[in-house]
Amino acid sequence: MSVEAREKRQPWILLSPALTAITLLLFIPLLFILVYSFWLRTATGADEVGFYLDNWREALTDAFYRDILLHTLKVAAITTVVCAVLGYPAAYFIARSKGNKPVLLLLLMLPFWISYIIRTMSWINILGVSGALNTFLLWVGIINEPMQMLYNEATVILGLVHFLLPFMVLNVFVSLDGIDETLEDAANSLGATRWQSFLQVTLPLSLPGLAAGGLLCFVLGAGTYITPLVLGGTSDAMFANLVFEAIITQLNWPLGSALSLMLLAVLGALVMIYNRYLGMAQLMKGLG
Amino acid sequence: MSSVTLNNIVKRFGSFTAVHRTDLEIPEGAFLTLLGPSGCGKTTNLRMIAGLLDPTEGEILIGGRRVNDVPIHKRNLGIVFQNYALFPHKTVAENIAFGLKYRDVPSGDIPGKVQAALDLVQLPDVGHRYPKELSGGQQQRIALARAIVIEPDVLLLDEPLSALDANLREDMRVELKRIQDQIGVTTVFVTHDQSEALAMSDQIVVMSAGRIEQVGAPQEVYNNPASEFVANFLGASNVFPAECLEAGPSGAVLQTALFGKVPLPVEKSMRVAGAGPAKLVLRAEKLQVMKAGATPEGMITAPATVETVDYQGQTVRYFVRVGDTQLQAINMIDGYPFSKGSAVTVAFRPRDGSALAGR
Repeated sequence: MSVEAREKRQPWILLSPALTAITLLLFIPLLFILVYSFWLRTATGADEVGFYLDNWREALTDAFYRDILLHTLKVAAITTVVCAVLGYPAAYFIARSKGNKPVLLLLLMLPFWISYIIRTMSWINILGVSGALNTFLLWVGIINEPMQMLYNEATVILGLVHFLLPFMVLNVFVSLDGIDETLEDAANSLGATRWQSFLQVTLPLSLPGLAAGGLLCFVLGAGTYITPLVLGGTSDAMFANLVFEAIITQLNWPLGSALSLMLLAVLGALVMIYNRYLGMAQLMKGLG
Repeated sequence: MSSVTLNNIVKRFGSFTAVHRTDLEIPEGAFLTLLGPSGCGKTTNLRMIAGLLDPTEGEILIGGRRVNDVPIHKRNLGIVFQNYALFPHKTVAENIAFGLKYRDVPSGDIPGKVQAALDLVQLPDVGHRYPKELSGGQQQRIALARAIVIEPDVLLLDEPLSALDANLREDMRVELKRIQDQIGVTTVFVTHDQSEALAMSDQIVVMSAGRIEQVGAPQEVYNNPASEFVANFLGASNVFPAECLEAGPSGAVLQTALFGKVPLPVEKSMRVAGAGPAKLVLRAEKLQVMKAGATPEGMITAPATVETVDYQGQTVRYFVRVGDTQLQAINMIDGYPFSKGSAVTVAFRPRDGSALAGR
C-alpha cells in the first residue's frame, strides 16, 4: 500500500471505535425514538405500531407545550447571561494570574467531583425553611418567621448557574489565555487606558470563547430536568420535565419521543447557527 | 523628540537584581542600542523607560520630565514589540490609526496620516488587509508604522528584527535606520545581535549581568573594548595576560609571553594607568596567518601551528597554537587556506591591539 493511501486510511482507522460507539449508542437509539414518535398510544395503554401524526400534531399545536418551551428558553437565556456576567471576570482573573493558574483551574474543576444532583440538593440545606440561611437570619433576629426562598424560578436559575458557571469560566479562560498579553501593552503604549485597551482589544478577541461558553450553558441549561425537579415549584417545569413526565410517569413513549425530538430540533438549530458564524473549533478548544 | 535619562536606576525582582545601579543619558535624536546576552537587563531597562515596569530605585526622565509616576498611556512613546503585537482583529489601517484615536487628531486627518505612515514603510497598498495576511517582514513594518504615526517622543524597539530570517533582517536593518534618520526620533533599540548594533547605532551600551560594561560609538566599542566581556561579545577576540612595563602620554608597552614586547599607541592604552598587570586584546580578524618564516614590515610575529580550519568561503577562521595558547584568526582568503597541521607565522600590527588593566 502506498504511503498516500495509508495516510488517507489512518484517520478512519483511528476514528472507527468512536464512530462505532456513537452509531450504536446515539444514532440508532435516536432512530428508534423517531420511529416511536409516529406510533400511537391507545386507551388500553398499548402502543399501536403505524404512521400516526397525532403526537406531532399535539406537540406542535398545543399552547401548553409552546409556553413551556418558551419558558425553558427564557430560563436558559437568563442563566447564560448570569453565567457570562459572573464568569468573565473570574476567567480573566485566572488567565492573568501568573504562578497559581494550575491551582485555580483545579479549584474550578473541583465541583465536578461531586454529583450534580447532590450539588443541586445542597441548596435545600442552604435556602430551605430550616436551612442554614433561615436559621442564621432567625438567630440574628432579622426575621421572625422562616422565609420561603425555594421552589421558584429564581432558585431554578440559581441552581443552573451553580451547575453551569464552570463551563462558562473554562471557555472564556481558554479564549483569554490564548490572547497575547503584549497586545494590551501595545494598546496602552499607543495611548489607551487599561479599560480602553480591554474594550478595544481583549474583549473582542475573547468573544469566541464567550460565545462558546454561552452556547454550552444555554444548551445544557435548556436540556436540564433535575434542577427544576429539585429546586423548582409546580409551575417551573421545563421542557425536559415534560419528556420525563410523558415517558416515565405516563409511559407514553410515542408522545415523549415527539417532545424530545422537538427540543433536540430547537437546540440543534441553535448549534447550527453558532457553527455557521463562529465554528465548532472554538467550542472544542474550550472543552479540551 | 526628547532625550531620555536614567538616574540611579535599580530594578529588583524579589531578591534578584535585574538591573544594578545604572546611569544613562540618551541624547535627543540619537539611535542608542542596548546590547547584551539574554538576561543582561537590556529589556528590563527598555520596559522601565516604556512604563511597563516600575524601577525599584532611581528616576527616569523623558525630555527632562520625571516620568516614574506617568502611566504608560500618557508617556507618548512608540514601542515595537518583538512579536509585533499587531491587533489581529483589526485591519492594518485600523492598527495604525489606533494610537491616533487617543490623541487630538481630527478624525478627517486620520486616513491621511495612516497613508503617510504606510508610504514611509513602503507598504502603501495593504491598509485594508489583516495582519495575518502579511509576511513577517511586512508585519514588522506595520508595527513600526503604528509606533511612529503617533509622533512619539521616543521610539523603543524591543528586538524587532529577531523573528525575521537572516536576509530579511539585513534589509529591515537598513530600512529601519533609513526611517529613523528621516524622522529623527530618539530611538532605543534592544538587541543581542552585535552586527545589528554595530550597523545601526550612534551609541552602543554593552550590558552584562545587569550592569553597563561600556558606552560608546560602534567603532569605539569594537576597536577599544573596555572589558574582556565586551571584547568577546562583539566578535571574536584573543585576550591574553601581559605585563605593562610603562604607560604614558606616548602610549604603553606591554610585555607578553607569546609575542614579546608590544608597543601600543595612546588611544589603545588609556585603560592602563601605569606599570602593572594587564591584558592584551587582539581581535581575531587583526591576527594574520602567513607562510612560516614571513617577516612582514611593521608587524609583530610568532611561529604557530594551524589546529582547526573553519572555511567560510570569503573568509576562513583558524584556530592556531602559539606556544601553549590557542588563538583565533579570521582572515580573508587569498587563493587557498592553510591546511590543518601546517606550520605558519602569525602576525599583527601593534596598533591593532588594545590594553585592559588587571589580571
